[in-house]
Amino acid sequence: MAEYSISVNGQTHRVDVLPDTPLLWVLRDELKFTGTKFGCGIAQCGACTVHIDGQPARSCQTAISDVGDGKITTIEGVGSKEAKAVQAAWIAHQVPQCGYCQSGQIMSAVALLTDNKKPTDKDIDDAMSGNLCRCATYVRIRAAIHDAAKSLEG
Amino acid sequence: MTIHDTKLSRRTILQGTAALMVAFYLPKPGKAQAAAAADGAPFAPNAFVRVAKDNTVTVLAKHIEMGQGPYTGLTTIVAEELDADWSQMRAEGAPADNKLYNNLAFGPIQGTGGSTAIANSYDQLRKAGATARVMLVQAASGEWKVPAGEITVARGVVRHAKSGRQATFGQLAEAAAKLPVPQNVTLKKPEDFTLIGKEGVIKRLDIPSKTNGTAQFTIDIHEPNMLTVVVAHPPRFGGKAAKVDDGEARKIAGVVDIKTLPSGIAVYATSMWPAIKAREALKIEWDDTSAEKRGTAQLLADYRAMAAKPGAIAGKSGDANAALAKAGQVIEAEYVFPYLAHAPMEPLDAYLMWDGQQAHARYGCQFQTVDQGTIAGILGLKPEQVKIDMLLAGGSFGRRAQANAQLVAELAQAAKAIGPGKPIKLMWTREDDIQGGYYRPMFLHRLRGAVADGKIVAWSNTVVGQSFIAGSAFAAMIKDGVDPTMVEGSRELLYDIADFQCDVHTADVGIPTLWWRSVGHTHTGYAVETFVDELLQAAGQDPVAGRLAMMEKNKRAAGALRAVAELAKWSGPDVGNGRARGVAVVESFGSFVAQIAEVSAGDGDGPRVHKVWCAVDCGVAVNPDIIRAQMEGGIGYGLGHVLFAEVPIDQGRPVPKNFDTYRSLRINEMPEVEVTIVKSSEKPSGVGEPGVPPIGPAVANALARLGQKRPRELPFVRAAV
Repeated sequence: MAEYSISVNGQTHRVDVLPDTPLLWVLRDELKFTGTKFGCGIAQCGACTVHIDGQPARSCQTAISDVGDGKITTIEGVGSKEAKAVQAAWIAHQVPQCGYCQSGQIMSAVALLTDNKKPTDKDIDDAMSGNLCRCATYVRIRAAIHDAAKSLEG
Repeated sequence: MTIHDTKLSRRTILQGTAALMVAFYLPKPGKAQAAAAADGAPFAPNAFVRVAKDNTVTVLAKHIEMGQGPYTGLTTIVAEELDADWSQMRAEGAPADNKLYNNLAFGPIQGTGGSTAIANSYDQLRKAGATARVMLVQAASGEWKVPAGEITVARGVVRHAKSGRQATFGQLAEAAAKLPVPQNVTLKKPEDFTLIGKEGVIKRLDIPSKTNGTAQFTIDIHEPNMLTVVVAHPPRFGGKAAKVDDGEARKIAGVVDIKTLPSGIAVYATSMWPAIKAREALKIEWDDTSAEKRGTAQLLADYRAMAAKPGAIAGKSGDANAALAKAGQVIEAEYVFPYLAHAPMEPLDAYLMWDGQQAHARYGCQFQTVDQGTIAGILGLKPEQVKIDMLLAGGSFGRRAQANAQLVAELAQAAKAIGPGKPIKLMWTREDDIQGGYYRPMFLHRLRGAVADGKIVAWSNTVVGQSFIAGSAFAAMIKDGVDPTMVEGSRELLYDIADFQCDVHTADVGIPTLWWRSVGHTHTGYAVETFVDELLQAAGQDPVAGRLAMMEKNKRAAGALRAVAELAKWSGPDVGNGRARGVAVVESFGSFVAQIAEVSAGDGDGPRVHKVWCAVDCGVAVNPDIIRAQMEGGIGYGLGHVLFAEVPIDQGRPVPKNFDTYRSLRINEMPEVEVTIVKSSEKPSGVGEPGVPPIGPAVANALARLGQKRPRELPFVRAAV
């Protein structure tokens, strides 16, 4: 066991865990940020996507010992204008079905729109193809991202 | 998943009528009402509706919300008859109680499946909503001393125009709770509906919490002193642990205990990561004496041998064998369908607190009655001593509806092994899920057909596979050696063919299998719709017109096919530009879905599906946007599996482990989808499953028009095994 101090959603948290513990399980089991989900454990599904210093990262493949002073944002902490636009578009398009993957989808979409104000379909494919949705809500995810981009223009 | 053998359904629906009466039978009125008034409890006119003083109306949903939309759909039905405002409506999972909340299509069993949620609840919840409305009106009539007939209700407001008085449901709840429950209520005329079937008026109740991380799934349960449990399962089905060395595993900080269960070796830890690490550190010798050791290659050889002999007759008209024997041109085909995992995004999980006297389970429960009895049996309790909270589930696709309650059996065994008073959360990893069996069974279809004068004149279909019904609580569905879930869609076609036969062989294989979104139609829809297309092509017929010419007796199926042809502006399969179109139409669970796929050959990683047009006739359309969403999702789920998914078995061991080797459809592979809903006044039927079956054959049939062969062994893109 080892102690770590990490920044999550603007607050510093101290945790005492095994050094190879993935950030995912620190967030979920230690800090109770349960919006970030476990789907595969091998960075294949994207359900565990968070932002580290604004960049999307798979928390299931990020060991707590590698986080350092990176600033972590989870679905509970996103609040940028891009995040608000994405969440509003997700509701307008009624995107989620089971909803389990959607925190990860939204974190990837927010990162995309923060980086790229007017993504093409190809940009969306590139940014979102790491996020699986077994309900296959992909048609609406694509439409919602385009809509969120439009709302940010205005 | 399903219980939809026609005769059985009819019988159970009749039984269901009796259950309806039970659901509306209220406990001794005087007592219950007094208690309700004293506690300030909500107005509870029946098992499904709660009107609170804060003016919210909560519908107790007897069906699990796993993405398919019943929380919203069931609530829509109540809100319609209640004339409520949508903003005041809420949904909550009903507790396990098969007297109040049984599925009327299943008889005395509470559970979700077979795309029955709306179908079996429609009349029941209309009545529940209408009853509540009558009582609220009577309460207003009493308080205002005006005739009930002069009172109107609209958008959650009860009003008496003449006197100018009005009240909310919340304001009338207390008075309404003291009134007797009327036995006969008048339902609305469909032309007066303001919510059912209307566009843009309903937003799903569960979506806001699914966009901000607050939706609570089983995996999110954390309780004081809760232990996380993971189980090392045998690598072969039917294997047992012979020797366990847990010395290294116990040294890992956070590991609390390790126990042997009937299903494997359980690690109990304070959180997930130590549990995973400890499981990896276990040294287990497995005894495979009674395990299944065949692989899929051997099974296929065994199935082929079975298919060469006549099986149990599942459907017959005329004499197919005689007609085929004398036919000029006979076309033959063999189709092979792999084992498939359901792989819902949330792997299986469940929480249980057992104190020795009572048990409280919380999880995405899909088969309450079966699960409750199983937990009770293992812990030595009565079913009523087992409370089950039904939580949101991160997908299921059939996986959580277990005929043998496999998950909660492991949960209860884990609780029993460590003793009472210890709350546990059992967690499966993705590897447990993909390698854990309960697959869509492997199937082989042998088809023979003959065409003459531009028509299909003879048809024979032999089906070989496993029955997951055999030996389960649903074994009574098997009649004359025919498990209807194996041959639904094959035993009876949408097409008139004079000489027709379908027979079936049930193979005995030690790999556990289960219903998987759209059940038998996952394979029969593909085999039938590609083979029909192949025969029509041989007969020189257009895929749409050729089908319609044989669908005289199936007006609704023909209607869906015409609707999709119109939507896609069908003018034949060839569209040029390297693309072609294929069509398929399948009836499943009482709904009719036709799809047209526009496809190009792709760039070496399977075909590229550009666009799919879809027409669905599901009777009265309760929530049009949810119906569209289910068609979109069904198309994606179906497409991903026909293109990429299989669980090959190597000497009894499943080969893929996770999403790296069990390939799932991604956003870049998802086609554009356009859905039209056929207007219908028929009884509502389901939409969770029926979007799945047509997409595979539609894509295969398009490929055939691009000069490729319709794939006969799925998936289309096979990883090197």
